[in-house]
Amino acid sequence: MGGFLSIIVFLPIVGAIVLLFIDKENHSAIRLVAFVFSLAEFVVSLPLFFYFDPKAVGMQFVERVPWIPEYGISYYLGIDGISLLLILLATFLTVLCILSSWSAITVRVKEYMISFLFLETGMVGALVALDLVLFYVFWEVMLIPMYLLIGVWGDPKRRIYAAIKFFIYTMAGSVLMLVAILALYFINFRATGTLTFDALELYKTVIPVGTQYWLFAAFAVAFAIKVPMFPFHTWLPDAHTEAPTAGSVILAGVLLKMGTYGFIRFAMPLFPNAAMDFLPLICVLAIIGIIYGALVSMMQADLKRLVAFSSVSHLGYVILGMFALNMQGVEGSVYQMLNHGVSTGSLFLLVGMIYERRHTRMIADFGGLSKVMPVFAAIFMIVTLSSIGLPGTNGFVGEFLILLGAFRSKTAYGVAAATGVILGAAYMLWMFQRVMFGEIKNPENMKLKDLNTREIATMVPMVLLIFVMGVYPKLFFSKMDVSVDQFIKSFKAKYEMKGEAPTPKLPSILAGGSVRPSSGSN
Amino acid sequence: MEIAVPQINFSIIAPELVMSAFALGVLLLGVFIPRAGRTDYLGYVSLAGIVVAFFSTIPIMGTSQYAFSNMIAADGFGMFFKVIFLIIALLTVLISIGYARRVDLNFGEYYALIMFSTVGMMLMAAGTSLITIFLGLETMSISIYVLAGMLTGDRKSIESALKYFLLGAFATGFLLYGMALIYGSTGSIVLKEIAAYIKSKPELLRSPMIIIGIALLTIGFGFKVATVPFHMWTPDVYEGAPTSITAFMATGVKAAGFAGFIRVFFSALGAFQPDWITIMWLLAVATMTVGNVVAIAQTNIKRMLAYSSIAHAGYILVAFVAGNELGTASILFYLLVYAFMNIGAFTVVILLGKRGEENVLISDYAGIGFKYPLLAASMTIFLLSMAGIPPLGGFMGKFYIFSAAVKAQYYWLAVIGVLNSAISVYYYLRVTVLMYFREAEREISGLSFSPASVIAIIISTWGVLYMGIFPRSVLALAQRSIETLM
Repeated sequence: MGGFLSIIVFLPIVGAIVLLFIDKENHSAIRLVAFVFSLAEFVVSLPLFFYFDPKAVGMQFVERVPWIPEYGISYYLGIDGISLLLILLATFLTVLCILSSWSAITVRVKEYMISFLFLETGMVGALVALDLVLFYVFWEVMLIPMYLLIGVWGDPKRRIYAAIKFFIYTMAGSVLMLVAILALYFINFRATGTLTFDALELYKTVIPVGTQYWLFAAFAVAFAIKVPMFPFHTWLPDAHTEAPTAGSVILAGVLLKMGTYGFIRFAMPLFPNAAMDFLPLICVLAIIGIIYGALVSMMQADLKRLVAFSSVSHLGYVILGMFALNMQGVEGSVYQMLNHGVSTGSLFLLVGMIYERRHTRMIADFGGLSKVMPVFAAIFMIVTLSSIGLPGTNGFVGEFLILLGAFRSKTAYGVAAATGVILGAAYMLWMFQRVMFGEIKNPENMKLKDLNTREIATMVPMVLLIFVMGVYPKLFFSKMDVSVDQFIKSFKAKYEMKGEAPTPKLPSILAGGSVRPSSGSN
Repeated sequence: MEIAVPQINFSIIAPELVMSAFALGVLLLGVFIPRAGRTDYLGYVSLAGIVVAFFSTIPIMGTSQYAFSNMIAADGFGMFFKVIFLIIALLTVLISIGYARRVDLNFGEYYALIMFSTVGMMLMAAGTSLITIFLGLETMSISIYVLAGMLTGDRKSIESALKYFLLGAFATGFLLYGMALIYGSTGSIVLKEIAAYIKSKPELLRSPMIIIGIALLTIGFGFKVATVPFHMWTPDVYEGAPTSITAFMATGVKAAGFAGFIRVFFSALGAFQPDWITIMWLLAVATMTVGNVVAIAQTNIKRMLAYSSIAHAGYILVAFVAGNELGTASILFYLLVYAFMNIGAFTVVILLGKRGEENVLISDYAGIGFKYPLLAASMTIFLLSMAGIPPLGGFMGKFYIFSAAVKAQYYWLAVIGVLNSAISVYYYLRVTVLMYFREAEREISGLSFSPASVIAIIISTWGVLYMGIFPRSVLALAQRSIETLM
């Protein structure tokens, strides 16, 4: 299957190049081509799911070509069960985003679609890259299109502020990560004599605990900004609120997951001792995020800001589950990443649909919508319940596992986080009640049209996923069981070394490049 | 009595000779075939000269030989810089062809001086004695003083030239004084002999005379490459000079300054590295920080790029501090990619102007993103590359520089460097914000893009992308080039 991942990474760029040659006034052709390419991308990424061997340990679909061999930088791609699911989420959401932009984006359609396809390449690339430099490149590549999406097609009032804030925040975090990557690289070089940015090789580097603190902090800040964890979350409500609908969907659905993915793929396995010592701090911040996000959501007057703050709360669960460091917690955490993509993505889509009709997102402007838009209200209800975590929907599975994991790791964390579930139900249901039920007070809401076929087509896959993931989670868990198990095992194994152990035994391919003889005590 | 006749080997200075000959030719052509108003051909003749000079470097490529009593070398280091200077000269002449007509600079002296100053740069990079380096520096500088003030109808241009000349003369004085002190203590002007003499007499390491000499050299070179606190002239001069010359100065003079800086400090004064490293550390931090922070406040794009060029000198100093082979190679790499992205950006600045309306305010960029999409897209590429966003060349350059610093365990310097690079994102983005996110306040129309400038933009874009995506070959070349130096 050589080159399969590369096709998935670069297919959207091919689409963007094709778009360049279409007349920019021909909006329908542009939309169609972009849609076809995003759909093709999704179809091409599906075989990953079916051909992925759930029992195999390690990376699959691996591709490796030297890029800058003098430096040990290679074009190194591969996926495990965790990245597999996130890639599918990204390609799936992109299709829906392009569908949802059909009538929402009417100016500069060509540039919009090109940005979106570039963004897709960045996202998928970051999820499949196993070389730290390559990862960093894709990580930064995601920034520009997202920045343009917010800045050009965002809400006119504060879009520029939001776009710049988004960019500078993310950039400031990631440049520190770059220094940490370089430091890690030279530490590994001094220990083993091998120049490599290969993440899997660097997992094996034994780093003194004191150094781990610095490096972990640099990685963690970069990822925490992206997640966003309290107190690094302030860019998120602005970016979400000002972005166009599809931008919010992809931002919430995939880009935020890059932060949590970064923790699970890089920050934690690379620096387990530091991760363990920082664990109480991170868990407390996650819990603050859960409760604070929920409380602030409750007080929002703007639907989009409400959903944005609910993301802070949901992502708090993801982090908490991850740092529970047991099977339930981590699996729940990965599952919750997918859930959040589906349910929050759906919420943003729905808010976008109502915004297109009424050009307002203020909760106070609505009321009684279920009478004029029954289909809309029904779908909104399902999504709301999924977001709350009602049994039978996807949200329940994720939250339940995370709470279980948190209880097992430390009861206090579980108890504190569980209060967030109640608050979550409160703000979502209260919002739903104010928007959907009651009398129609505002005459403008009388003549609202219900969803059209395209909009229903956008939402049906989401609703189906909510139920499939809620009723039959095994379909997804079976893909990630081994990977998550492996993650926990290798984390603990490396943790045991405490950073004091002698250089671990090198695998045969590296033995030749070793300058320091291995003691073989491993 | 026998007089040893020094070996004369003209092939080593063939590129310099070719450039000088063509410069003289252009000068004469301009006088004898005036062809009023239609003097673009002078630019094409200059281009031909640069191309011939480029080919004349091929026979000496890959060799390492000295000539004229060790005054000048044809080694990898010199050759790499010569190629950089020729590329810079080529791009400068390309962007001048339409621009010179617009601002009435279309006469022989203009092109001849560009070529003469390129000769000076090449001598600086190839010179292996203090005198050659000094002569190269003067040849370059005097030509630039004149070029900066060539817009005789423009007060700013004249101010720019006068300011640059007065301060430059001062700085050159410092440099020369420093050289004299070093000659006085070591009895030689040839860099390798100085190094050998210092090695043979370790007590010289504490000699105040040499240390003062090194300080004066730092000031002299620091002025040419525009490091803080010797940067005061930069914004005014860059703003006032004709834009094509600003591009030439920002890239060529800076690269030549660093060539001399590196050659003198690493070849002759390497033994003093522990002494100058602290100073350089401070200079690097001050240069990056002042450059980036002040750039944020600029309203004129030429001034903004001037401060940004100061900041870039700071990044290069980071690699200078690192001092290892990787650092030196990364300077070479960075200067090349910097030449592409900076000249590219200035070309866009030129193309956005027209006769009598230069449009150099940052606010003039409002709304051009969708009006001139390709121009704006290339500007975005250049600016993002300067900000260090992958996968562009500027990112790879910074990546190498900071990895050299981390390798030498200057962690804090690397951290300050990357944070600076994050600050710089703000003002580079501001231009893209205007280009794409805002509507034009006033209509800019009737721009004419000269084909030569378009070619310059294409070459620059290609350079930035190529060095970002396939940096391997250039870095390998840079690493080979410094072998003879260390």
